[in-house]
Amino acid sequence: MEFFRQYGSEIATLTLEHLWLAGAAMVFATAVAVPAGILLTRRPRWAGPVIAVANILQTIPSLAMFGFLLPLPWLGDRAARIAILALTAYAVLPILRNTYAGIRGIDPSVIEVARALGLTDRQRLAMVELPLAASFILAGLRTATVTCIGIATIAAAVGAGGLGELIFRGVASVDNRLVLAGAIPAALLALAADAVLGLLERWWRVPAS
Amino acid sequence: MGAAIEFRDTCFATGEGRLLLDHVSLDVEEGSVLAVLGRSGSGKTTLLRTVNRMVEPTSGEVLVRGQRAGDLDLIALRHSIGYVIQETGLFPHFTVERNVGLVLEAEGRPRPERTHRSHELLQAVGLEPATYASRYPHQLSGGQRQRVGLARALAARPSILLMDEPFGALDPLTRSEMQDLLKGLLQSMQMTVLLVTHDLDEALYLGDRVILLDQGRVIADLRAAEFVDSPQPEVEAYVRAHRRGERSAANHSGAQPAPPAERRG
Repeated sequence: MEFFRQYGSEIATLTLEHLWLAGAAMVFATAVAVPAGILLTRRPRWAGPVIAVANILQTIPSLAMFGFLLPLPWLGDRAARIAILALTAYAVLPILRNTYAGIRGIDPSVIEVARALGLTDRQRLAMVELPLAASFILAGLRTATVTCIGIATIAAAVGAGGLGELIFRGVASVDNRLVLAGAIPAALLALAADAVLGLLERWWRVPAS
Repeated sequence: MGAAIEFRDTCFATGEGRLLLDHVSLDVEEGSVLAVLGRSGSGKTTLLRTVNRMVEPTSGEVLVRGQRAGDLDLIALRHSIGYVIQETGLFPHFTVERNVGLVLEAEGRPRPERTHRSHELLQAVGLEPATYASRYPHQLSGGQRQRVGLARALAARPSILLMDEPFGALDPLTRSEMQDLLKGLLQSMQMTVLLVTHDLDEALYLGDRVILLDQGRVIADLRAAEFVDSPQPEVEAYVRAHRRGERSAANHSGAQPAPPAERRG
């Protein structure tokens, strides 16, 4: 109890910061990856190479990724920007891959008829492809969100704040309570995001005919 | 009456140089039904798809209502041509009503008009709108889905209907019901139909004219009534292949007279 009186408001602030980092990264990643995924379905030849690059980004250890980004001049000393950029890089792949796979996975006869009946490219995308791929795209967003919330704990290493702050401090001072005070809210955030997006995903799933 | 569709030396070669359509020249009379027979891979589907420019001929041309298809606005051309395929391609996330009204929706017509037309067409294809309009495709049987596919193709009152093995996946009884339905609809609507089929019986029942494709070439072009009795070897072979069961059953029973296809054989 004593512990909570001491750290309660800090945990709340850091949780909000954590959400802000992960949330901002998700907004950027979605804005990049969904259109890019759609573009790849129009140019399937590029899909292999582009997804490979996104894959490689994904394999960079997160601590190293934050380190790589530190010296970039245009990021200045704004630690939050670095963190958001790094998180965006991790979030892009699952969204991109699922957008691409979701649209490519639509029953070809449905796409065929949409074209043959004279839907324009834009109508086909808005009326047929996006709704039918929606549950797939949401599954990608879900994976990306959970990943982001997890990796955002590393952001504290470059001074960007978030719940990692408590974890790093706890590790440094060998105080398990501090480690848990960071780790438990981060885990709960991830679980909550997973559950909410999972519900949305099920909501959007189209029954197979 | 003039030709609704004209193929002029139409060729289509794949990227690897395989010729799927080999100098096809053919007129399809306005208001007539042309049945297209041929083996798988003989170019039937490709021929059909050049009309709504799902496939662009690599040489030669296709004229639709007297105008080169390539010169027409692609979207307007497709809105004016109905399209029905074996897999139906119904939109699984739309209700039956919205599926049927889709072309009108794409044209930006107001909702009341779409609803009215959808219900009218559902009625025409034998699906009670009160029961079926709000259902989804996965809640329908194969035959019902095909009825919806047909209704959707007719929504914008097309003057041309392209059908690619429309009833190929249905059981024989449902198939014959659908054939009767289509025949009835064609009597009340002035439409030119290109019907790709594997089913000789269907071709003869629905077609005014029957053509046989082989390796992208039209090797027979006959009135439906003449097809079965044509002495042309390729046509004979095709007819014979369709009647094997009939003959074999006749042989077993012993007493039946040989069916017409065998008389010549």
